[in-house]
Amino acid sequence: MAERLCSQLLALVALMLATSPLTVLSAPRGPNDFGIPQVAKINEELRKTWDAYELKPSQAATESEWCRRVYLDIIGRIPSVDELQEFTKNRSATKKADLVGKLLYDDKYTEEYARNWTTVWTTVLIGRAGGTERNSLTNREGMQKYLRDGFARNKPYNEMVDELVTATGSNRPGAENFNGAVNFLAMKVNDEKGTQATADTAKIFLGLQVQCTQCHNHPFNDWEQQKFWEFNAFFRQTRALRQFTPGTRDILGSELVDQDFAGEGGTPSDAEIYYELRNGLLKAAYPVFVDETEIGKSGFVNEVNRRDKLGELIQQSEYMDMCVANRYWSHFFGYGFTKPIDDMGPHNPASHPELLEYLGQQVREHSYNLKELIRWITLSEAYSLTSRVTKANEKDDPLLGETPKFTHFYLRQMQAEELYESLLVATRAAETSGSYEAQERSKSQWLSQFVLAFGTDDGGESTTFNGTIPQALMMFNGELIKNATDAKKGSFLWNIANSNMKPQQQIDYLFQAGLARQPTKDELAITYQLFVARATGGGNKKTIDTAAASMAALQDIWWAVLNSNEFIINH
Amino acid sequence: MKNFATPHGMNRRHFMSHLAGASAMAIPALTMGHTLQTHAQELKRNRKSAIMLWMSGGPSTMDIWDLKPGANTGGEFKPISTSGDVQISEHMPMMAKQMHNAAIIRSMSTSEADHGRGRYYMHTGYKPVLNMEHPSYGAVIAHETFDQRPELEVPPFVTVGGGSEGPGFLGMAWAPFAVNSNGQIRNLQMGMEEHRLMQRMAALDLVEKGFVSQNRGQAAEDHQNILKKTLALMTSEQMKAFRVAEEPQEVQERYGMDSFGKGCLMARRLVEAGVPFIEVDLGGWDMHTDIFNTLSNQRLPVLDRAMSALFEDLEQRGLLEDTAVMWMGEFSRTPRINGNTGRDHWARSWSVVVGGAGMNGGIAVGKTNEDGTRVDTEPYTSQDVMASVCKSLGISLETTFTSKSGRPMKIANSGKVIKELFA
Repeated sequence: MAERLCSQLLALVALMLATSPLTVLSAPRGPNDFGIPQVAKINEELRKTWDAYELKPSQAATESEWCRRVYLDIIGRIPSVDELQEFTKNRSATKKADLVGKLLYDDKYTEEYARNWTTVWTTVLIGRAGGTERNSLTNREGMQKYLRDGFARNKPYNEMVDELVTATGSNRPGAENFNGAVNFLAMKVNDEKGTQATADTAKIFLGLQVQCTQCHNHPFNDWEQQKFWEFNAFFRQTRALRQFTPGTRDILGSELVDQDFAGEGGTPSDAEIYYELRNGLLKAAYPVFVDETEIGKSGFVNEVNRRDKLGELIQQSEYMDMCVANRYWSHFFGYGFTKPIDDMGPHNPASHPELLEYLGQQVREHSYNLKELIRWITLSEAYSLTSRVTKANEKDDPLLGETPKFTHFYLRQMQAEELYESLLVATRAAETSGSYEAQERSKSQWLSQFVLAFGTDDGGESTTFNGTIPQALMMFNGELIKNATDAKKGSFLWNIANSNMKPQQQIDYLFQAGLARQPTKDELAITYQLFVARATGGGNKKTIDTAAASMAALQDIWWAVLNSNEFIINH
Repeated sequence: MKNFATPHGMNRRHFMSHLAGASAMAIPALTMGHTLQTHAQELKRNRKSAIMLWMSGGPSTMDIWDLKPGANTGGEFKPISTSGDVQISEHMPMMAKQMHNAAIIRSMSTSEADHGRGRYYMHTGYKPVLNMEHPSYGAVIAHETFDQRPELEVPPFVTVGGGSEGPGFLGMAWAPFAVNSNGQIRNLQMGMEEHRLMQRMAALDLVEKGFVSQNRGQAAEDHQNILKKTLALMTSEQMKAFRVAEEPQEVQERYGMDSFGKGCLMARRLVEAGVPFIEVDLGGWDMHTDIFNTLSNQRLPVLDRAMSALFEDLEQRGLLEDTAVMWMGEFSRTPRINGNTGRDHWARSWSVVVGGAGMNGGIAVGKTNEDGTRVDTEPYTSQDVMASVCKSLGISLETTFTSKSGRPMKIANSGKVIKELFA
């Protein structure tokens, strides 16, 4: 009986929806370069590959999909419903370029831009766990403060690299002589002769993997053991001094300093270091950059400041330019031109070598303004394509071990930080919470549940926010989602339920907020069934008041939206 | 009272009349994941399991399993006799009583001495390459035995206190389920009544399916699969296997009250529940400085207690004959003792320990030279250990996987069975 009634209801709903507007796909068109030569060059180079491999690109993504993507990738969260509608209702031919420009340069978004890139770079520089260990010499907040200030001012990239490589000072905010940049190296210089500083600096800023050559010549690339130790010699004047909480053995912070280095041979004016070959012989090394440039051999800081020299040499290297171009490309497309992105060189040829080199050069020519690099990438044709795969490009699947050709947008899951920020915006929770620092602290605490540290000297770690069961359990039952679906007075859902929106508009609003689209007919039908189920007390047969039922149904719908693949996957 | 929200365009009275009659069963609620249970009896049972004790950081095996007293590389520790035909470190006295159950493979010789690369290689049998992700031990063994355990609701590949390695081209369904050793699974408690959750799931399932049907790639389907597994697990009685605190106090103390001890005890409980692969991590082996003090006062007492308890307990419960136990790290440490009384990374000559599931115990396989710098007998690799463990579990070494690109790959990367373990 109940079933028959319900199927009637369903039929009615279906009939009613037959006239609702459907999502409109943008019409396919030739690549628009917005009059920007770098965009034209990206489009041209990618088209060359498509032609060479006889691949055809997918259609353009819908405007809403593109909008959601660009918010997520530039400022680290999905757009609010207002922001989304502002974009979709805009009829201007340059609206995409305008939106990118706004997210990059409008004061309204400076804080979120800086927050997002601080998150990205903190993970690159000190990992997800850096500074959270007991008695760590790294101060995570100090690292973040340094980065946030730099991104808020749009500090040129070469300056940032130079500061991170050469920094001296105290690591914690509020300390005398505070310089947050020291947190990159603070944990990496004292142990094992600074081998971690050596490996990380080469990898992060030059895209060179040298750690294996510490012990033996690299099996794959041209790096030799000699080169590793010559690079290492740049860090040997540097120490991180521990600062203790007065009267205890607890580490309060650290100070990174450059001190005269006597050399392992005991002659400071000719401060050499020794390393051991596999056959047991010892060899000497002095600071020599990867391009064979030598600097003075003195260990006296006032004669030769080795890290200062290293900072200069890195800035002169075209590897620095290509490395950052590769890293940013990978941020927006999920794959770089090499895999991994920080292992470049002849042993690991890039998928689009000309484009990589070109982008590197352009970054240099534009004074290392990373916002311009972001503009070129996000306005490219490839970035505008849908993630729907076609017969004509299904072979372009990096999961099959193919090098990426970028004929369609590759699905990738939001990072935990992006989920967090997106929920704050989607549910407007940020408007009512405390100070910036307090917000960041509760975010850090929430994020820590996903970090697995391996406890090795290279700071190895992984995350369980990787699409597996612990993540799904958090989305099903965790506090974050519980708060996002809260029904108490003044909450996101309460405001919707008590607005002047009609029920269908309310549902539509939830789909726009979470998925940047309208619900389908089937989805609307099932949401009405949820209204019915809540109004009849679910399986409990007790009748509850209709306002409460309506609220409960909104909770059900919002929960389902947030838990969906479409929500968590950047598409 | 606020009016019930009436769908736009629908006659209110009409709608209310339906509302009154429609029952909660209107939504085709998903059923919890018992779908595989029906044909349980028809399948041949393979009750075998494997436990990997993963020593993250690279343990110095010549200070534990292959001592060189008197050699200039030998270090500070003395060997002691055991219940098997081998000697081990004096700081492993409890394990000495269990060595009849375990074999030391002393002629391991590998070539990856970087943590990340070594971790990948020892877990997969493959060196890392750029265009392929290989499945790890746990994923392979879970994949090969899962069909034979239709009653299993707990994920078939559990890692305790660490991350293990991923499922590679086998797909996210075979990813490790990472838990803490305290046995409390975060966010496991569902915050609502089951029927309501099922109704939400029905709506969620619709969105999921819609997205998958748009042909956007594997990640969309993987997400859908994980949701189903998560749902099954949330309501499973079997999840009590994780609750080590329910064990008698003396059993917990026998394993050790630290997280590695709890992890090993949890591994035994998971074996009883039918989980085919469990990895338990013990980190802190990356001893570039002060190695002898750190080993004798910190790591070895923890290892000795838990590892010996695991062998003893499995044997007493009659589980050892069906459970393979492995002990390994990503590599070992240099025979040469460095200037900071530490040892650095070394992969050329080292030891791995295996036992149970019919493998011979009480023996040492292979030999290193007098100062431990070289393997003097046939060298063994990650692939060989993996092949031997697969054999002990009754998994055919003819098993071939096909990667997504269509490339066929033999299980254990065509490793050869270490024959002394089965002679």
